[in-house]
Amino acid sequence: MSAPPTVGVTPGRRANALRRSWSPRRGLLLAGIVALAIFFSVVTDDWLNVANYTMIFAIAALGLNVLSGYAGQVSLGIAFFMGIGAYTAAGLGSAPPTTPGGPLGLGLSFVIWLPAAGIAAALVGALVGPSALRLRGFYLGIVSLALIFIGQYLFKNARALTGGPQGRSFPKPVIGGVSFADAQGSLLGVLLSRNQLFFLLILIVLVLAAVFVANVARTRAGRAFQAVRDNEVGAAIIGVNLFEAKMGAFVLSSFLAGISGALLASYTGYYIPDNWDLTLSIQFVAAIIVGGVASVWGSIFGAAFVFALPIIIDQFSLLPQSSTSQGLTGGDFNAIVYGVLIVAFLLFEPGGVVGLLRRGQARIRALTQRASKGGAPA
Amino acid sequence: MAYFVQLVFAGVALGCIYALVALGFTIIFKASGVINFAQGELLLVGAYIVYAGVFEWHLNFYVAVLLALVVTVAIAVLFERFVLRRMVGKPVFSILMITIGLDILLRTGVVVKFGGGIRPPGTPPFEAQHDVAFGTGSDRLFFSANDLSVIATTVLICVALYVFFRYSRYGLAMRATALDQEAALAMGINIRTVYALAWAIAAAIATIGGIFLAVHEFNLDSTLGSTALLAFPAIILGGLDSVSGAVVGGIIIGLTEQLTSGYEGQFSAVLGTGFHSIAPYIVMILVLFIRPYGLFGSRRVERI
Repeated sequence: MSAPPTVGVTPGRRANALRRSWSPRRGLLLAGIVALAIFFSVVTDDWLNVANYTMIFAIAALGLNVLSGYAGQVSLGIAFFMGIGAYTAAGLGSAPPTTPGGPLGLGLSFVIWLPAAGIAAALVGALVGPSALRLRGFYLGIVSLALIFIGQYLFKNARALTGGPQGRSFPKPVIGGVSFADAQGSLLGVLLSRNQLFFLLILIVLVLAAVFVANVARTRAGRAFQAVRDNEVGAAIIGVNLFEAKMGAFVLSSFLAGISGALLASYTGYYIPDNWDLTLSIQFVAAIIVGGVASVWGSIFGAAFVFALPIIIDQFSLLPQSSTSQGLTGGDFNAIVYGVLIVAFLLFEPGGVVGLLRRGQARIRALTQRASKGGAPA
Repeated sequence: MAYFVQLVFAGVALGCIYALVALGFTIIFKASGVINFAQGELLLVGAYIVYAGVFEWHLNFYVAVLLALVVTVAIAVLFERFVLRRMVGKPVFSILMITIGLDILLRTGVVVKFGGGIRPPGTPPFEAQHDVAFGTGSDRLFFSANDLSVIATTVLICVALYVFFRYSRYGLAMRATALDQEAALAMGINIRTVYALAWAIAAAIATIGGIFLAVHEFNLDSTLGSTALLAFPAIILGGLDSVSGAVVGGIIIGLTEQLTSGYEGQFSAVLGTGFHSIAPYIVMILVLFIRPYGLFGSRRVERI
């Protein structure tokens, strides 16, 4: 090592070194937190609802981004893993059936059923992975399609757990005496609405997931994922265990999908097996393409684009509701928007929204550098 | 026994529809190395135009089919020319997704234009009153005119494709391109024409498949394209790059689906409901375990 950096390096800073260049971002982070706090305390329940769904979907989008964005494996199977997570949560967390034949439930606590949902999905991922990951490219994409259909068949037939085609209800979290099933709950003496409670909970889970994925991406495992994506032969030559890397990405991705599925079903309250379908999977792929492939922020932006838009349109009745009549409905409008966005981004900005932002940032930097020509480079 | 024969016949007929869709996938994949996820929606667009032509614009059935062919071929060729050609060399993931983008746009376009409700399918006029039946009672065999014409049409298309690929100038050019793109270029083959031709043929075959599929399902709605997803197990089974494999794969998948659908009722305690809809995928997964490149696909050199 040559001369130490001019800035004193404290152990605390060392720990943060995983995330590159924190300091310029601190202001941004602080602004973000303030904005979130204002959003949280000011907006109506309708907008909180939009935010809650977006954040739940962002968790699964993060998962898909690990698999497809970082590790480059095509998968359309994410809805299946979300379903696994949701039904694990239901089986463990729901109240025991009052009528014989009612959907199963063990009545366990939230702190058990949420992690269990992720772990169950990860286990199923580890089970399916070895056979699926032998395949590459289009083959893997098509086989993951099979996962969706087989999953729907299983979900529809495992009536005791899933309620069959008619669906079942899902448990609401109960944390430290605060039940999310009630319309209101008091947290540290402050009375909050259910959507506000969910907002806090989901935000915490999302932040944990995002920091985790960001750190994985910057460490050995994440580098291995990206090496596999960019060149399998090259990765193998520099000593990356291809199978291990792919499996790692697959299992992590399934884990996040499971968590997201459990939260989604719990927040919505009721789900039918048909909901875990191919369309849901495709929406996630659209989300990471629009938001930004291999980017944590990209997953979050993408989820906002693909999932928040239809909820906003629906909730505020911006377009006619009926789907049987001719003409444009909210869902159709949304589908057109993200269909066009997928094609446009893939053609013109494969980096997604994040790519656009980076490009803008680079341009601004170039401008400011030109302005202060001769100054020390940043 | 009659029941079994009936199921086999229905399976072959359904398999021929899958084969038509699968042929489209394989021809595009062979020519340009792209799996076109929008194949199912090209089929949907074709079927809707035939419906609209016959029932809304009161055209002759054949004129409506011609119109549908023109539209779907135009969509496919334009998409290839203006979108996919710019994606050459991009990762598989991106190419797959851009065809899914087209898929979403086509399906939504159909829903916006025609609404989400159920429509009657445009039925070929030669099918009227030509159902064939033998025997009586439990031995009665019934061959519907639609199933018979699907099989006949598939045979015709296969013969036409065989002649085209074997003897025609452009067919040979396409095979040469599939074999070795650079060598084909050096021999003066216009690769762009080959790509456009592959997409045009695929779209045309998909449209024809769509017309029969709609009649087979008795009604037409915007989910028709997802039925075509069953062509995926067919092409995996046959091998992604094998044209004859697509036909064989399609028929195997059709048979699997019809036979499981016919007999699953006897095992409903174990199998539950809807097993026939996943049986093709299970067959596909089993085949992939044994032959990862399909029954007729060319074995790729494994580099690691």
